[in-house]
Amino acid sequence: MKLTVNNSIQWFLKANEKMQENKEYLTLLDKKIGDSDHGINMARGFQEVANKLPTQDYASVSDVLKDVAMTLMSKVGGAAGPLYGTIFLKMSTAVKGTDPVDYQTFTNGLEEGLVGVKQRGKADVGEKTLVDVWAPVVDFFKQGVDFQADQLVETAENAMDNTKDIQASKGRAAYFKEKSIGHIDPGSTSSFYIFEALAEVIREGE
Amino acid sequence: MADVGIVLISHSPKIAAGIKDIIRQVITEVPIETAGGTDENEIGTNIDKILNAMEAADTGKGVLLFYDIGSAKMNAEMAIEMSEKENSMLIDAPLVEGSYVAAVEAGMGKSLQEVHDAVIKSFSKR
Ligand SMILES: Nc1ncnc2c1ncn2[C@@H]1O[C@H](COP(=O)(O)OP(=O)(O)O)[C@@H](O)[C@H]1O
Ligand SMILES: [Mg+2]
Repeated sequence: MKLTVNNSIQWFLKANEKMQENKEYLTLLDKKIGDSDHGINMARGFQEVANKLPTQDYASVSDVLKDVAMTLMSKVGGAAGPLYGTIFLKMSTAVKGTDPVDYQTFTNGLEEGLVGVKQRGKADVGEKTLVDVWAPVVDFFKQGVDFQADQLVETAENAMDNTKDIQASKGRAAYFKEKSIGHIDPGSTSSFYIFEALAEVIREGE
Repeated sequence: MADVGIVLISHSPKIAAGIKDIIRQVITEVPIETAGGTDENEIGTNIDKILNAMEAADTGKGVLLFYDIGSAKMNAEMAIEMSEKENSMLIDAPLVEGSYVAAVEAGMGKSLQEVHDAVIKSFSKR
C-alpha cells in the first residue's frame, strides 16, 4: 500500500473522531499529572484540522501534513501544539516530492518527526512523554517492510501503557516528581489514537 | 532612534498585561508587546500571538522574548524559527524583573546582545 492524499486526510479525520470521543479521558489523564487541558487542547486542534482538510484541494500528502502542522500549532495551545506541529511539519518536509507516499518514505517521515520532536521538547526516551510512543513506533516501522495495521496498534498501545511506570522528567508532569508514577502519560495516549487512526486507514487501504 | 523591543510571553493574558503596566510606569518609549494566553485568551500560549508581538515590537533593533512556564518556551522557539528574524533572542530570565531590567537597558539605546547580557548579568549576581 501507498499513502495517498485521500488516505492522509482520512487519517486525520479518524484521529479527530478519537480525540473528540476521548476528550474527557485525555483531560482526566492530564488532571492526574498536569493541568487538565490535554483533551481540550487536542479536541480543539483536531477539530480545526477536520474542518479544514475536506475544504481544501491538496496536491500532495506533504501539503496535507503541512496544513495539519500549521493548524495544530496555532490551535492546540499547550505543549502539545508545538510538539505535534513539529512532528507533522518535519514529516511534511521528509515526504515532499514522493506521492503517493511509499512505506520507506513514510517510515523516514516518521523518523524525522521523532527527531524533530525530541529536539523541540529536549526530551529523550524514558521521560514519560509522547516520545515514548513515537520512538518504539518508529523502530517498528524501520524493522518492517510494509504497513501492518494490527502490529502497529499493538506496538503503540504497549508503548502507551509502559509510560505508566515511568517517573516524568519533562513537561508539566515533571513537577509531580515520583507522584507521576502510576499514571499513563496523556500525550502518549493522544499519540496512540493517532496511530490507531493510521491503522484503520491501512486496513481500509489493503 | 529605535530601541530593542521586548515581547512578554505568559500563559496568562493578565500577567503579560500587568508586567507591561509596571514597565510603562517608568519606561514609555521602548516597544513592549504582550503575547499572553491562547487565541481565545484562555490560559496557554499561542504561536500566532507571539509572531504578531515580535513583528510589532521590532522597530529595527531586534526583539528580546521573555517567557514563563512549560509550553511558553517551545512556542517561543518555534516562533523565532518561523519568523526567520535574525535579530530575535529568547532569554532565560525571570519574567517580571528580567523584562523590567531589559526595558531600562533598551531605553539607553543598547543593542540586542547588550540588553540580553545585561539582564543575564543582573541575575547571576544574586
Ligand atoms: N518537553 C517535552 N517533550 C516531549 N513531550 C512533552 C514535553 N512536554 C510535554 N510533553 C507531552 O505533552 C503532553 C502534555 O500536553 P498538554 O497538556 O497539551 O500541554 P501542557 O503540558 O502545556 O498542558 C504530555 O503528556 C507529554 O506527552
Ligand atoms: Mg496539560
